[in-house]
Amino acid sequence: MDLTGLAVGGVALLAATAYGLVHRRRAGTVRAVPADDSTAPLLAELGVRPGAVTLLQFSSAFCAPCRATRVILADVARATPGVAHVEVDAESRLDAVRALDIWKTPTVLIVDAAGRIAGRAQGTPTRAQVLAAVDPLLPSERTPA
Amino acid sequence: MIDPRGPRFAAAVTTVVLTAVLLTGSGWLALAQAAVFALTAARPRLGPYGLVYRTLLAPRLAPPAELEPLAPFRFAQTVGFVFAAVATLGYLLGSPVTGAVAAGFALAAAFLNAAFGLCLGCELFLAYRRLTGRPLPARVPAS
Repeated sequence: MDLTGLAVGGVALLAATAYGLVHRRRAGTVRAVPADDSTAPLLAELGVRPGAVTLLQFSSAFCAPCRATRVILADVARATPGVAHVEVDAESRLDAVRALDIWKTPTVLIVDAAGRIAGRAQGTPTRAQVLAAVDPLLPSERTPA
Repeated sequence: MIDPRGPRFAAAVTTVVLTAVLLTGSGWLALAQAAVFALTAARPRLGPYGLVYRTLLAPRLAPPAELEPLAPFRFAQTVGFVFAAVATLGYLLGSPVTGAVAAGFALAAAFLNAAFGLCLGCELFLAYRRLTGRPLPARVPAS
């Protein structure tokens, strides 16, 4: 029995468990982002169009949940008028990734119709989490006269 | 595209092997795991843990509900290989603490994948590219 190995193994498993639990709880959670106009030109360059709420997804080649995220976001965009889905290959846009402080994939930025980032989520959000984040950004439904 | 339970099974076996490496301090076992990582990263179809999953377990299970791309799995195997190789060198060249620390990192990653389904490529790849990539303006324009 190697006591150094035993200690290292114990620490590794405890640390990994803590990381895994926090990670699981945070996955997909949409955090609000303070309003900032300075990123608007960059977002426009990435394909965000004014007038719609955009789900801006950053993906990479070595990311299995990026695919599931794409399916959910594309589905929400299809089903919800005024919502668009744009996917960016993070590796080919490292400039944007740095400017927008993105470290992991998938990261989803929720951009309001004025081109400001309203929220961000890391990991695959559920459909309900996306809808809850998008709903307050859409024009309120008009009651028929 | 692969059955996502294959990599999860491989990660579970890897967790057991790396735990044994740490408990015994065996550089030769670390070398064996490094060889498994290298082979699986280079030729995923020939990965021994995946072969066990496909021949013994998969036929007894329901077909997978969804499939996963192969690239993230190969990335994780490559990262595993680097740590296992350092662990092997540490143990076999007389620096058991280096060996144990490197094996510990590999163990943490394998356990996170097995127990939580954590995607190592999602966590590390972009950070690695941010730190190594030249800040060149878009080799490929955004679609």
